Amino acid sequence: MSDTTLPQSAELPLLVERSTFSPIYTLVGTVVVFAFFTAAPWILASSWVSVLSNFFVLLIMATMWNLLAGYAGMVSIGQQGFVGLGAYATLYFAIKGMSPFVAIPFAVLACAIIAYPITYLLFRLRGGYFAVATWVIADSAMLLILTVALLGGGTGKYLPGLTNLSPSELDHDTYLATWFVAFVVLVATYFILRSRLGLVLSSLRDNETAARSSGAKVTSTRRLIYVIAGAGCGAAGSVLAISQPFVQPANAFSLNWAAEMLFASMIGGMGTIEGPIIGCIIFFVLQQSLQNLGAWYLIIFGAVAVVIAIWQPRGIWGLIRDTTHFELLPVGYRVSASSLSSRRRVSRDAN
Amino acid sequence: MTWANILIQGALVGGFYALFACGLSLMFGVMKVINLAHGDIAVVAAYSAVFLVPKLHVAQLWAFLVVVPLFALIGYVVQRTLLQKAIDRDPFTTLLVTFGLSVVIENLLLEIYSANGQSVNIGELVAKSWQVNSVIYVSDVSLVVLGVAVLVLGALQLFLSRTSSGRLIRAVSDDREAAQLCGANYKHVFGVAAAIAFATVALAGIAFGISTEFDPTAGGINLLYAFEAVVIGGIGSLWGTLVGGILLGVAQQFGAHFNLEYQTLAGNALFLIVLAVRPQGLFGRRVSLNE
Repeated sequence: MSDTTLPQSAELPLLVERSTFSPIYTLVGTVVVFAFFTAAPWILASSWVSVLSNFFVLLIMATMWNLLAGYAGMVSIGQQGFVGLGAYATLYFAIKGMSPFVAIPFAVLACAIIAYPITYLLFRLRGGYFAVATWVIADSAMLLILTVALLGGGTGKYLPGLTNLSPSELDHDTYLATWFVAFVVLVATYFILRSRLGLVLSSLRDNETAARSSGAKVTSTRRLIYVIAGAGCGAAGSVLAISQPFVQPANAFSLNWAAEMLFASMIGGMGTIEGPIIGCIIFFVLQQSLQNLGAWYLIIFGAVAVVIAIWQPRGIWGLIRDTTHFELLPVGYRVSASSLSSRRRVSRDAN
Repeated sequence: MTWANILIQGALVGGFYALFACGLSLMFGVMKVINLAHGDIAVVAAYSAVFLVPKLHVAQLWAFLVVVPLFALIGYVVQRTLLQKAIDRDPFTTLLVTFGLSVVIENLLLEIYSANGQSVNIGELVAKSWQVNSVIYVSDVSLVVLGVAVLVLGALQLFLSRTSSGRLIRAVSDDREAAQLCGANYKHVFGVAAAIAFATVALAGIAFGISTEFDPTAGGINLLYAFEAVVIGGIGSLWGTLVGGILLGVAQQFGAHFNLEYQTLAGNALFLIVLAVRPQGLFGRRVSLNE
């Protein structure tokens, strides 16, 4: 599209490929990153490890919100409901005698099971009404939890089952749990988007009517994505509960989670895997440098997000991709006209 | 007698919710915009009544005389600048922008005025009430608020159906392109609609500040109540919004009768039931939902 010196495409064979570089690099890069962050507790200072741990919690949320809004077009401002439910499911299983770390997959499953029937109510609404209805549901979930005395009501409760670990062991295990969950979420999102499901998502993101008329199962795809996003935010809530480890309704169900995941995706760039990662990095740089100034980091972050939404809706990664044509984690296909001497791109991205 | 009390108190609160909701309803009707910062604008209005109005040597009782026109002006300006830019992109952007504004406003208020509770001080008037019988008390303030809500809704209805500006607004809301072809400047019409919406929500915010103590975080829950009133009553129907607000208020009082913790939950439950059984709301048309 951007290449105006396009040769006669009939003369050149077209090359369809995912990426301009070999997938081996992606694999090697992933292994290196995985090894680094897994070894981080032994390499980095402990203060850094706890910051990284919080970073991964937000990264899980932002990635899930991006899948929901950036790909499936559902703007939810109620994902904090699943963060809270994930935290409380973990608390519940821990009270029943399960190790909190073992409880993570069960909490995730519980959130997925709760998310499924909710879609039948929510999908009656669209756009802004959908958004506020997700908030109503998150609010209702919090109010219901408040009435349960076993879970500590409004005051909250300490997560049991962690006292047998020494503080440093607990820090390490918490960090590793958040990192592994974040890694699983990112890899899963990557493969979802590369799959047939990802193709359906991209098509309905770009033009829903056209996708429907081409036979894409739009509603069931959206339902599946909503359940996955609910489960993912539940996972974030679960590791959040372990890292706190005090579970309190006002914190677990805080609207700030929704704000942070939304702003991080918007600033980084919605509809890309890399966007939320960049958004989360910016958020943490901002938060760490303004940590003595109360809520100013959130004010600035929100204001930047508003500006970006209006003037640069593809976000920072979108800007980088548009100018350099580089993709770190390609999920679509690109078509190039190939010849022996040179390769010229026809389309930036067939996704 | 307690049931009668639940109904009366619920209806009184409902008038307040309807006052809150009519701006939301208007902005959605005309611009297809859900303003997620709606509740926070009301809170800003309440803060202006407490902190700005006394500086002008006006009693807080008369704060609405200053704050309502001010917010109408702010509404017009915000619509013509920021919101119009977002609308020009797509509905998706509008949602993100208003949500961003909501978070920014809430946290700015927290930074400036702290999380301490405030209230609009109107002297002894706030405590006055009217005793119906041994069980039922009707507070004067909530009665006035209900009256104001009915008045505002009625005036809005008259304005939209009888005046030429009102007809222009309806024309733009029905078919923007056609209205534009007939020479309507839709951006100006959007600005006027936003000005009305901001003025009514400022009024609601002051009423809110008079009747309860508030803090910067109160915006979110107010948006939820207003939204629930709109959906229960039916999107696009002003009197439906009043009925929706009253039903919401009654449901909340009913829940609170059993346990104070159930107050909001009962309202949410009514909202979800209406959504499940009659998604177009009690007075709404089916088509309006899927736009």
